[in-house]
Amino acid sequence: MKTRPYPAWISRLFIFLVAALSFTGLTQMPLAKRYALTTIPGMAWTGDFYLVHKIHYVLGAMLLFLAALAAVNWLKGWGRTLRLTGLGAARVAVVGGLLLSGLLRVYRNLPGVTLDPAYILTIEWAHLILFMVLGVLALVALMRGVSAYAVRK
Amino acid sequence: MAEKKHRTGTVSRRGFLKALGVGSAGALVPAAPALAAQERVPAPSDGELATLLDLSKCIGCGACVEACRESNADKFPEPVKPFSEMLPSRRAKPEDWSDLRDVDDRLTPYNWLFLQNAQVEYRGESFDINIPRRCMHCQNPPCANMCPFGAANKQVNGLTRISPNLCMGGAKCRTVCPWHIPQRQSGVGLYRHLMPRLAGNGVMYKCDRCYQLLDKGELPACIAVCPENVQTIGPRAEIVARAKALAEEMNGFVYGLEENGGTNTLYVSPVPFGLIDQAIDKDSGPGADKKLRAADKAKALGPGRPPMGPVKDVMADETNLATAAFIAPVAGIAAGVLGLGSKLLNTGEDGHED
Ligand code: SF4
Ligand code: SF4
Ligand code: SF4
Repeated sequence: MKTRPYPAWISRLFIFLVAALSFTGLTQMPLAKRYALTTIPGMAWTGDFYLVHKIHYVLGAMLLFLAALAAVNWLKGWGRTLRLTGLGAARVAVVGGLLLSGLLRVYRNLPGVTLDPAYILTIEWAHLILFMVLGVLALVALMRGVSAYAVRK
Repeated sequence: MAEKKHRTGTVSRRGFLKALGVGSAGALVPAAPALAAQERVPAPSDGELATLLDLSKCIGCGACVEACRESNADKFPEPVKPFSEMLPSRRAKPEDWSDLRDVDDRLTPYNWLFLQNAQVEYRGESFDINIPRRCMHCQNPPCANMCPFGAANKQVNGLTRISPNLCMGGAKCRTVCPWHIPQRQSGVGLYRHLMPRLAGNGVMYKCDRCYQLLDKGELPACIAVCPENVQTIGPRAEIVARAKALAEEMNGFVYGLEENGGTNTLYVSPVPFGLIDQAIDKDSGPGADKKLRAADKAKALGPGRPPMGPVKDVMADETNLATAAFIAPVAGIAAGVLGLGSKLLNTGEDGHED
């Protein structure tokens, strides 16, 4: 694997956030109880939909912060020395879609906000499908040994 | 059905609903011009309809329960049996009400409305209160907000509905609903065509406020049929005002204004709801599962008798966290502009951490 030309802590934080968001997102589906995850010592919290949901919100906010920070830095200078790989660009687009659909979900959950059920459905399924696409892309990148999003020009 | 409506639904009430333009399920904009033209009803600011149940009037005749069944019979599940065996079989059990369709003393997939009874002593008087129970149609419904598939949704006219075509039957809506209202029937729905052994377990059912009638400008079946005119439906602001006035008049109490942050179902009672909650036979709420495990088979299928105690706004934390989610990208941009990052890039090459 190539060393990434951007700070290691950014990659590590990004990977941690995406992994933790994937987990808390997946456990939004009623799986933890059915598949006995809740019976593993220390994992009982995975069965608490509200707790997992709130953690997902917090992690999502952190990823939004990181993504905005990276985007600004890209515009400010990283873009001159770095080049997005093909898979990197694809994943940036997917992560962007996930963040946007996630934000729309947060918006929809505010009291006093009622969107047309058709919009809700679109937002919901966009979020779910993009998540699956990101998983596939990450796997491909990992197998090809090109998991860095960007390389030096 | 038509006969029933004529028997009891007064023309003025039906006309009133028609004028409201409560059709167009899920339309983004309520029919404002129609509302403006209706002199009896001020235009509701949010387009939400609410119902008011005057518990001092209900005689417990059960006509509403019957009418609900009749009106919604074509929505009831017809499960395919035998159910596909699910994994892991010890934890994923089918819930089957199809042979218990006549059960009317709790909520089931075939009974979306039932009557609770509370005999209450209050201020030296004894009261016999009958309470029609069904979905509260929360203003900010967790069943809809938390559904991972978008199958449960609140409509602009203030009612919550679960789409039987999209519901996977995971019963999360029942878990997160403060009253555990939706009920599951296995052997129907989308999951049968996806991974029936691994995910899903049927479809969830509950009161949908007879959207098919509302869309036509008609009253929900349980409202139309009631011989005592226990229920009233209208724009939420008006219904709230009416509920408060009625409570004042009878020196009574309102349920649904604060509960779960506000619901579109308001109960008015001459006795405190705390006393009602103690007196009703309920098997819902905390600890219900444990009790049920030991109970008989029909009961072990799940709680279906909602409590009537205080309910905090279950989505309140999410509402607060939403601010963080909206501020986060702005903060990220600000941090970037202020210089966090440019110096970090230089540290990248030698892989050294900040
Ligand atoms: S029909 Fe009216 S009076 Fe009869 S049980 Fe229902 S709400 Fe009460
Ligand atoms: S009462 Fe329960 S099922 Fe009905 S809208 Fe509220 S959360 Fe949903
Ligand atoms: S509104 Fe319709 S579905 Fe809901 S309880 Fe009344 S009759 Fe049943």
